[in-house]
Formats: sequence, C-alpha cells, structure tokens
Amino acid sequence: MAECHPVGFQWVMEAKQRGATIIHVDPRFTRTSAVADIHVPLRAGSDIAFLGGIINYVIENEKWFRDYVLAYTNASFILNEEYRDTEDLDGLFSGWDEESRSYDQEKWQYEGTETQSAAGQRKKGAENEQENEQENGDSGGAGSRAGGPEGAARSQSHGSGGPSLRTHRPERDDSLQHPLCVFQVLKRHFARYTPEMVERVCGVPQDAFLRVCETLTANSGRERTTAFCYAVGWTQHSVGVQYIRTASILQLLLGNIGRPGGGIMALRGHASIQGSTDIPTLFNILPGYLPMPHAGVDTDLDTYIEGEAAAQGYWANMAAYFTSLARAWWGEAATADNDYCFDYLPRLTGSHSTYETVYAQLDGTCKGYFIVGENPAVGSANARMQRLGMANLDWLVVRDFFPIESATWWKDGPEIASGELRTEDIATEVFFFPAAAHTEKSGSFTNTQRMLQWHHQAVEPTGAVRSELWFYFHLGRIIRQKLAGSTDPMDAPLRDLVWDYPTSGALAEPSAEAVLAEINGHDAQGEPLSAYTELKDDGSTACGCWIYCGVYAEGENQAARRKPGQDQSWVAPEWGWAWPANRRILYNRASADPEGKPWSERKAYVWWDEGAGRWTGHDVPDFQEDKPPWYRSPEEARGPDAIEGDDPFIMQGDGKGWLFAPSGLADGPLPTHYEPQDSPVSNPLYPQQRNPARQIMPSRRENLYHPSAGEAGAEVFPYVATTYRLTEHHTAGGMSRWLPYLSELQPEMFCEVSPELAREAGLEHGGWATIISARQAIEARVMVTDRMAPLAVGGRTVHQIGLPYHWGANGYSTGDGANELAHLALDPNVHIQEVKAFTVDIRPGRRPDGAARLDLLRQYQERAGITLETGKGRS
Amino acid sequence: MGFFTDTSICIGCKACEVACKEWNQVPEDGLNFTGMSYDNTQGLGADTWRHVAFIEQPRRLGAQQVDLHHEGDGQFRWLMSSDVCKHCTQAGCLDVCPTGALFRTEFGTVVVQEDVCNGCGYCIPACPFGVIDQRKGDGRAWKCTLCYDRLKADMEPACAKACPTKSIQFGPLEELRTRAAGRVEELHQRGVSEARLYGHDPDDGVGGAGAMFLLLDEPEVYGLPPDPVVSTRQLPDMWRRAAVSALGLAGAVAVAFLGTRR
Repeated sequence: MAECHPVGFQWVMEAKQRGATIIHVDPRFTRTSAVADIHVPLRAGSDIAFLGGIINYVIENEKWFRDYVLAYTNASFILNEEYRDTEDLDGLFSGWDEESRSYDQEKWQYEGTETQSAAGQRKKGAENEQENEQENGDSGGAGSRAGGPEGAARSQSHGSGGPSLRTHRPERDDSLQHPLCVFQVLKRHFARYTPEMVERVCGVPQDAFLRVCETLTANSGRERTTAFCYAVGWTQHSVGVQYIRTASILQLLLGNIGRPGGGIMALRGHASIQGSTDIPTLFNILPGYLPMPHAGVDTDLDTYIEGEAAAQGYWANMAAYFTSLARAWWGEAATADNDYCFDYLPRLTGSHSTYETVYAQLDGTCKGYFIVGENPAVGSANARMQRLGMANLDWLVVRDFFPIESATWWKDGPEIASGELRTEDIATEVFFFPAAAHTEKSGSFTNTQRMLQWHHQAVEPTGAVRSELWFYFHLGRIIRQKLAGSTDPMDAPLRDLVWDYPTSGALAEPSAEAVLAEINGHDAQGEPLSAYTELKDDGSTACGCWIYCGVYAEGENQAARRKPGQDQSWVAPEWGWAWPANRRILYNRASADPEGKPWSERKAYVWWDEGAGRWTGHDVPDFQEDKPPWYRSPEEARGPDAIEGDDPFIMQGDGKGWLFAPSGLADGPLPTHYEPQDSPVSNPLYPQQRNPARQIMPSRRENLYHPSAGEAGAEVFPYVATTYRLTEHHTAGGMSRWLPYLSELQPEMFCEVSPELAREAGLEHGGWATIISARQAIEARVMVTDRMAPLAVGGRTVHQIGLPYHWGANGYSTGDGANELAHLALDPNVHIQEVKAFTVDIRPGRRPDGAARLDLLRQYQERAGITLETGKGRS
Repeated sequence: MGFFTDTSICIGCKACEVACKEWNQVPEDGLNFTGMSYDNTQGLGADTWRHVAFIEQPRRLGAQQVDLHHEGDGQFRWLMSSDVCKHCTQAGCLDVCPTGALFRTEFGTVVVQEDVCNGCGYCIPACPFGVIDQRKGDGRAWKCTLCYDRLKADMEPACAKACPTKSIQFGPLEELRTRAAGRVEELHQRGVSEARLYGHDPDDGVGGAGAMFLLLDEPEVYGLPPDPVVSTRQLPDMWRRAAVSALGLAGAVAVAFLGTRR
C-alpha cells in the first residue's frame, strides 16, 4: 500500500502512531513492509490457503464473535441435502458439469429456498460482473465466462445488489450443531487448512503464521476492530474473487464488517476506477449496477425487471432505478407506452470482455476499437496478443497524454522488429487524440470509499488537447447531426438522446456540473432529487445513476464540499459526498448489537435511539430510519419491508452477511485453494490442481500455457513470477514514463531476485537477465536484494522473481514489459488475468532481438513439450 | 525556521524529491540505474536538493517481526531517509562566499542568489556535509533554498507540503527540537532503542542545523558525517592567533631594529 498508494498510506502511518499494529503479507519485502510491525512473505498464489488457515484457527480456537455471527451472518442457515463439499468430492463442489466445466448452483441452495445473488452470477444466465480493473492501463476487461449454464453474458447487479429469497426465510439452527448448517460446513471445509498445511502451501513458518492469527484475533471483537486492505495483488488470479471472499468470511467471523475500523478496503489502481464501475465502462452493466439486458431473454421491460429485480431488499425497487435512467437518457421520448425505450438498449449475446475482444479482433469480427486512458500494449496480460489483435482492426482510436505503445505498435512494436508484422501490410487506420489531464478539466473522482471528490479546472488545455467530456459530447453531437434526417429505427436511440449539455469558452467545453446534475436526477418539475428513495417507476423522475442520487441535492455540488476535518465530526460527512446517501460505512447497522445498542462504547457508530424512535449516530445509518430493532417481517413481505430489524445487510435478500454463498459465484460457494494456472507446486490440499472453473481461452499459438508441477516439462519454467507497481511509476507508464522527474527515480525495467536465486541462475547484480515464458522473452536489469527470499514449500525451495510492469518501448524511460510474459487464464467470475503468479525461467544476459527472440521462444516451447492443449485440462 | 525529518515514518515515496524539483525548476540529472536499492539519484547535488536514501540491512528494527528466510537469523530492515541542506547556524558556504551570493535570510536559512554567484566554487569544500554543488555546464553553486520564495508567501516548503506521512516537518526550530525529542522518547518506549537525533544540538560543530533528523542508525549509514565541524569555525581563532603571531613578529622585528640601533 505504501508502494502504490503512498497518499492513502498516511492514514495507516497515523493509525500506527496511535497504537495500531500493521501486518503486511506479501511475497516481497516492500516499502509497506519497511514500516509494518510484522511482515510475512508467502508464495505468490497461495493466499486462500493462508487466509483459510486463519479461518480454521479462528473456529478451532473459538475466537469468532459469537453474538455477531449468530445474528448477522448465515452461519445458522441449513443447506440443501444435495450439497457436497470439496471435502467429499476431492476438491470439487456438488453441481459440477464436466462437459461445460461449470457448476449448477442449484446444488448449493439453502434448504427449501432459491436464492438470487446480490453480486456475482445471477440465475438465468451465467454471467456476472467483472472487476475490469486490470491495474494496467485500466478499465478494459469486461467479460464473460465461457461455458456458463446458458452461455450468455448475464450481468450481475453488483455492489449494492441483493439476493432474492423467493420463498420464506431459510431454515436455521441457532445451536449451530446441524451437520448441514453453514457454520458446520464452513468448519469442515477449512479443517484441513492447519498451520502445518499453511506452511506446506505458502512457505510461511508456523510461528510466523500463528503470530498473525494471534494479533488479528486479539484486535477483533467488541472493543476492537481490524481492517483488511488489499490491492490487485489479491484480484489478479484465476481464483481472484475467492481471495476476497476468504477475507470476507474471516471479517464476518471476527465481526469486522459494518463497524468503524473494520471492513475490507480495495485499493484500486486508478483515481476513479470505482467511478468507472459505478457509471460503468463495462459491457455488461448499466449505471448503478443495473444489468445489461440479454438477447432472447429480456424481451420486454417487465420480463427484464422480473428476471433481475430481487423480491426482498432495496433491489426490489429496480424498476424505479431503470425507468429513471431511461428518462435521464431519452427524456420525453421514454414513456410507459414504449417501455421507457427499453428496446433502445443493445442486447448481450455473449461476453465481450477485453480479452474476448482481442480474440474477436484476431478472428476479424471486431473491426474498430477505442483505447482511452489505457495502454494494453504494455498493461494487459499477453501484451503481444493485444498488438496482434489491433493489427487486424479497420480503425483504432487512442486518446492519451502521450503517443503510448498502443498507438505506435504499427511502426515500432516488437512484432515489427521480429518481422511478424510489416508496417506496409497493416491496414489499421490509427487516430491519436491528445487528452487533457485532470488539471485541465473539471469533474469528479470516486475513490475506493465510494466518495466523490470534485476537482476544478486549473488551466485551459493547450493545442489539440481536449477533455474526454469534450470528445464524447462533440462526437455525439456530430453523429446526431449526421443522423438528423434519418428515419431508420436503428438510429432512434441516438436521435432521441437528450444531448443538450451547456458549453462554454473558446473550446465549447461542456459543463461537467450539468452532467453531475443529470446523474443526480430531478423530479417532474425539474427540481433536483435528494435521495434514491424518491425515485419512481412511473416516468416522473429522471436519474442518471440511482446510487449517485443526492450528489447534487438542493442544486448544490455536494462532491465539491471541502470542509476541513477539524471543523466537523470525525466521520467528516461534509468532505465530498459518498454514495449511497453520503454514507461513509456501508452496513453500519452492524455496528450496533441486535437490540440496537453499540457493541461497545469505544466502537459506537450507529445506534437505535429509543426515545426518538429512530436510528442515529455518527454516520448516516444504513438502515430504514424508523425501523426498530425488534421489527419482524410478515411472511409475504417484499422489498425493504422483508428486511427485519436486526438484518444489517440490507441489500441482501436475507439481510445476512454470507459466510457461505448459496449462489453468485462460478467457482464454488466457499473459497478453496487451487494452484495458479502455471505453478511449480502440486496442490497439497486436493487432487484438483487448478481452479476447475477457471476461464481458459480458445487455443491459439500466442497464448500457450505451461505444464505445472507433476507434468512433463514443468521444470523448464521453475520460478514463480509476480508483477507489481513501483511508487515512482503509474500503471502502464502513460502518466509517468514520459516525465523526466519520475523517470530518473526508476529509470529502467528491472527484476528483483534473492541472492540465493542469483547464485543458482548466475545473475549479477546490476547486470542483465532474460526472463522467458511460453508467451514471450523479455530483458531486465538485475536487482539482487535480501528483500526477496526463497521459500521452503513442501520440502523444496521455491524462488520468486519480482517484475514491475510499467515499461514499454516508448517514452523517456523505456524497457521491456512484464505483461508480455503473462497468459490468459482468467478468473471465471470477473474475467481478470492471472499476472500475480505464473511461472518463468530466468537466465543471465540480454535477450536476443528480432527473429532470434522468436527462436528462443520456440526453443523453450519445444523443450517444455508445450502444445495447444497444455494446461487446459480440468485439473 | 527549519526542518525535522523523522525517518522512522518515511515510506520512501520520493514525493519530496519530485515536489522540490517541480517547485524550484531543478533539472532532471540523468537516468541511472544504480542498483543501490531504490536509490537512483544517489545523493544531494546541484540538481538534487532533496534525496531519499534506501538502506537495506540484515538487522532487526525495534520489535519488528520479519521472516525472510536467508542464511543467518533472517532479520532485515529497510531504512529510508530524506536528506536536505542543513542550513547551518555557522554556515561554511556562507562564510567563504566572496561575492555575497550566499546570504542568511530573515528566516535564518542560507540561500544562494543565482544572479550574484560567479561560480568560484569556494563554498563547495567549505560545506562539511557535501551538500552545495556546482551545476555542470553552468558553473554556479546550487542547493536547497528551504523554498525561500514560498516562505515569503507564508507557505511551507514544497517537500514538507508533499510528504504524505509527515516525515518531513517544517516549523520554528525550538518547536521542532521539542517535538523531535518527544518522538525519540516515544520510539524508545516502543523498543526502537536505536532512534536518535542528528543536527538538533545548537552546540555542535555547525552551531546547530536548520534541518534535524531522527535516525535509526549511525549517521554514517545514511551518508551523514558523524561529527560535522564547519571548516570556518576556527577562523576567528586562527585570525586571533595570526594577529598574535603577527604582533609577536612585529615586536621581534622592532626589538631587532632597536637592538641594531644600539
């Protein structure tokens, strides 16, 4: 966190000065480790085993927060008798279908109910949201899982969606003794994650592991809370989502969710990556996590709403959210008679994630491509494949500060050097537009805490530099002009758009505040709305993103508030604005006990005021204000009324935090340690080596997988590589490698290795190394450092290689890109690449150039016996 | 006014280096992969007025628990420290400057006036810390101004402003000395017995520095002289002695002449 988020890390340092204990778990000793109280190095790709070990410790040693767990989680819910765990099926769950390589989630249900997931995969289709944050040039990949039950890309309503319990409340056993209650299943599932096993899988000695367990549990409970912070080191794995799930289970068991000082904080790669999922750049969701409709399924608005809305919780009001969105986009043209222009929306026929889009480019079906603030030729996994895909386009638009590698590969990319591509043969027409920086435009950033902070333009952009808002507004304006006379119904969605943003200045810059006002929404009289609870499904309200409703309450830009911390309460509600409803901690009803009293005075946050008959506290209560703790819902209750007075997780249909996910995840209801796609280690926990449901891409020579431990040829790639960022550079380098003051601080691509590995591989400190996978060979300067250490894993030594991934051939500071080495085996839930743990070989000296580079690659592929089928089996 | 740099909370982000260069328009001075941990700017110089050192050591830091499995006991620590001009109370550079380009400001800091400096370079060997330096191709002497222009506008120096963890603090020296002493006390109580101050003593060899540091190891480890003494400190004494000698000599000569006359 100190490496990638130094500004946010100031709060960690402040907490440390006030007595907090900082634990850092990372394969490398980083700038974060330097100031942590405890650093634990572990094998990249083994985090579920580590966290699962802590879960086992917490349960075995009775360290869990009983009152919290019993009241606020689904621990007592009883599962359907059909459920089988990995314990019973050698690493698989019930519902596995070998042919489609996917699970039937029906087999994970509660006894007597059918549950719709809040997040993740919903029924009907098998798709779900993706964290499209590639931390690279970012906001690319959205995608779908190949081979889901219906194969179509089904969005999830994510972040604030709720599972729908279509029948009565699940059966429960408050004694937690029933063999099929969630708690017992959880206990059994994690029983094999012992300290010995953690040592064997992660390479973490037992005393170091137990030190973490003891510190964590000593700092959780009524009086204390512990927060987890993670970055993409947790997400970029073929089991990435399950990493976060494991942390969620642990935090629920310890009572650390919905309470001050608790929670799980995702530290995201870009300043407004949160904003880019709230108002998405993803293919399968609409603003506010409304799912994108599907062809052949969502034939009309009612079917769509019925299929996607939850029966209980706040997702039951989805019709109001959608109708208001349609009114914001198409205004008066959206009426009840035409389903509020529901048919203007395109329909999904499958997945269109960033990596599938590359395949579509190579297949010739994707003809045009926009790259905005992203540098896939450096930042995306298997960067070479990205360039080859772009070389097959008709046209390409790149908007960035500098001519990044993704804009110039056609004349100076590695494939030109190797002779694979010839400039004169490339038909792609490339348009480069210089982009304005945040100082040159007004707008908002939404940070990981869901807080919008407005920034004001400081200077006018120079030359041809323009803001994104300018670009898209005028692009839309010109297209609409060209279509003005059209009677083709296909053009109606564009012709009917409300496209009337006021502009100002010599550049005709559209007003960013007008866009914010549209996002906030207004009523039939045009007055700004102040809360999403005011949204109607009758077309009388318009709102561009329901969860942002209130950001422009009373016609004031709430995101621009800058009241200093010392002039307000410690929660600082008047600094910026957080969705939803300016609430700073989600599910904060959990900060009080079931009776509505704070768990402790020290951790008081939100509580029930008996006298006033309402919830109150330091933050905006995340609960219906006047619903008393003793409220019980009638059997037939729907929507928010079905949430009872002691159900803090109001977006979930059952109001509970899910220790066990009865639906929504493609790869199992409980996290399970599987080895990465490429791994030098055999899975010590199960016969199942890899995540059986991982997303394997169609066979192509450009994307070969490695043999893993136990398979012939695995020894050719004996080392574990992990990619990461340095403080001095920004993701794929578009914002840093062109700047002299940043370039001089980290001027060259380097790899970090331990002295032991340097000896073994003959590497010299300060010299050069060539790092090779079946995908590409790259070179880097060698940094031999004690910060990297070999690990003892299952009786053998595992060496890890650290690879910063900022570099490419353009700019002031140049070098080879680490992502060239990575493969495309994706997480099945969010389709993210696995660049935090894969295998490579390393050897001294610089890599060959041109065609010789390809020869080296072929030698390695042959030596390892790699074919198109290698690594693609279920196990 | 001056700096207190608390290296125990430095996270090595180098924001100070960049903020300093941006504000003061100090040129970039070369892309060199040095292999010295994460330090690629190497030291203070004409074009580096804030410099962050990175020191990797096989030693334990206080009660920190580290489990890197190398040979030996596996202990390790990574020290980071942002160095800067000390703005000495007895400033050698200022003492020897023949043109008056170096002067002491109303804030007690020492600043070079770029339009007065003639590039004679006398100041360079006069600095016991090796801070001030001649810019190549320019010849003039450059160093930290403690953001004289910002101070005049009631703003804190750029490095202190940019520091996310408050490792770099700016303020009146007396106040900083008190804060620094309290911080050492606190760290000692937490078991970081190696915490110590540097440059805080008004009676040291430079008459007390305008930039003091909380270090976690001997000053030499960070590239700082252990007991800096300004080269011009003995100057008054030397002049006094020279005067005495001169007088003595004159007396002897006089006596000699008197004797001759006899």
